[in-house]
Amino acid sequence: MSKLEVNAVSKSFGDNEVLRDVSFSISDGEFVSLLGPSGSGKSTLFRIIGGIAQPSSGTVKLDSKEITGKPGSISYTPQSPSLMPWRTILNNVLLGQEITGSRDEHKALEMIERAGLKGYENSYPHELSGGMKQRVSFIRSMLSPQGLILLDEPFSALDEFTRLDMQKWLLSIWELYQRSILFVTHNIEEALFLSDRIIILSAKPASVKKEFIIPFKRPRDERILLSEEFLQWKKVIYEEMRQQDVSVDY
Amino acid sequence: MRSFLQKGWRPILVIVLLLLGWQLSTIILQIPEWLLPSPTQIVREAITGWSIFSGHITSTIQLIFIGFIIGSSIGIFVAIALHLVPILREAFYPLIIISQNIPTIVLAPLLVIWFGFGMLPKIIVITLVCFFPITIALLDGFRQSDRDLKHYMQMAGATNRQIFWKLEWPHALPALFSGLKISATYSVLGAVISEWLGASEGIGVYMTLASSSFRTDRVFVAIFIIVILSLLFFGIILLLEKGLIKWKPKEERERHE
Ligand SMILES: Nc1ncnc2c1ncn2[C@@H]1O[C@H](COP(=O)(O)OP(=O)(O)OP(=O)(O)O)[C@@H](O)[C@H]1O
Ligand SMILES: [Mg+2]
Repeated sequence: MSKLEVNAVSKSFGDNEVLRDVSFSISDGEFVSLLGPSGSGKSTLFRIIGGIAQPSSGTVKLDSKEITGKPGSISYTPQSPSLMPWRTILNNVLLGQEITGSRDEHKALEMIERAGLKGYENSYPHELSGGMKQRVSFIRSMLSPQGLILLDEPFSALDEFTRLDMQKWLLSIWELYQRSILFVTHNIEEALFLSDRIIILSAKPASVKKEFIIPFKRPRDERILLSEEFLQWKKVIYEEMRQQDVSVDY
Repeated sequence: MRSFLQKGWRPILVIVLLLLGWQLSTIILQIPEWLLPSPTQIVREAITGWSIFSGHITSTIQLIFIGFIIGSSIGIFVAIALHLVPILREAFYPLIIISQNIPTIVLAPLLVIWFGFGMLPKIIVITLVCFFPITIALLDGFRQSDRDLKHYMQMAGATNRQIFWKLEWPHALPALFSGLKISATYSVLGAVISEWLGASEGIGVYMTLASSSFRTDRVFVAIFIIVILSLLFFGIILLLEKGLIKWKPKEERERHE
């Protein structure tokens, strides 16, 4: 059953056509990455799925219910960690639950511990490193009651090593809690390592150019990063994206 | 406290040297007391005259306090209203910015004409000088709250009210306090000036009486009291801020101390 369905979504700002006829779906518990050139409209697409922007045409459905223009069904993790500096880590993590109803401190503490942040529950965000903040921001999404999580380039500000650690950590948490994730990135390797499926957007106006189902078995081992098969995939996707003459991290 | 002593001795030394120079020059140059009294003469007057001006001080403090509370409440209220109602903001924000450049104090004589010499015109003057810095600071604070966080909250289904109380209001608190600090100093000034224009009691009255009878020592006593009141008031706001905003980044806090 598909969790999210994006049907023929188009969006223009005046004469600037950003999205044209974008359609794709995400199954329950699936991890899907969106790869697209910079400025192709990924954040715009997120705002439409999140219900805080109206598409010029097309619909968005979640669990077969139309949610076009209706916020409240999605949990979004922005590019910057965006924590509230005046809240402790615990209270930051509970924000999503507060918005829709009840706080479950027990589960939050459990998650914080699992994220390796035990002892920081009552610290403030400025006492944490960039990677730690990003983990907090992600826990906040995982604890929110919404069934679909949107991640907008969450690791782009981190260095290569932290990034790989964070990817592994993200997978471990996701495998445990099984939520549907839509993940935006510029990084082919990252998309390959994390996703069940990769959707490639074309340059402006963006539409779905191609979809790849990534067959690596789960749970994923970082050793696949060096395998021949992984390299082949990287090449295929790189070629696909290069045809539109776009700069990507290779 | 220790760090205060470590860094604070230089300005204190400067002040002591200044006072010493002042004292010496009044003696050496034989400046008459009505022109420039020496620091010791001022201190003597402050001690012997305490019974005369203590009543004036309480009356002024009362005035400052009432004016400040009313002025900042109105300032906060106006900022919230302008922020939450976009039509109001579009209509009034430019006017508020422009009117900030008008020294509100010049309205004081008019207010005396309209409302007489009682408390009311004075409180209006203080309210007017308090209100602008707070409204402007708070509005900027509201507007500068994190856009990504706002999007996160909106997508999660937050109501406007939740966004205001959970995001915009706490985010604007530091800005509110910088507004309050400016207003605290302004309100002392506003109180004294409004007392100059006519009152039965207050430091402003004490000051006018002193200057018209060439009691320069008393004028200086009044000046020092005004300075001390301003600093005291500023300090109270600072303490409140430190008590309420505990989450400021470390580097910033260290830089303040
Ligand atoms: N509110 C808006 N009003 C007008 N134009 C907009 C608005 N939001 C986005 N755009 C335009 O839409 C286009 C796509 O922007 P968007 O932020 O969605 O790209 P993106 O794919 O997320 O880019 P990046 O990878 O750099 O984050 C840009 O050309 C931008 O100018
Ligand atoms: Mg973007």
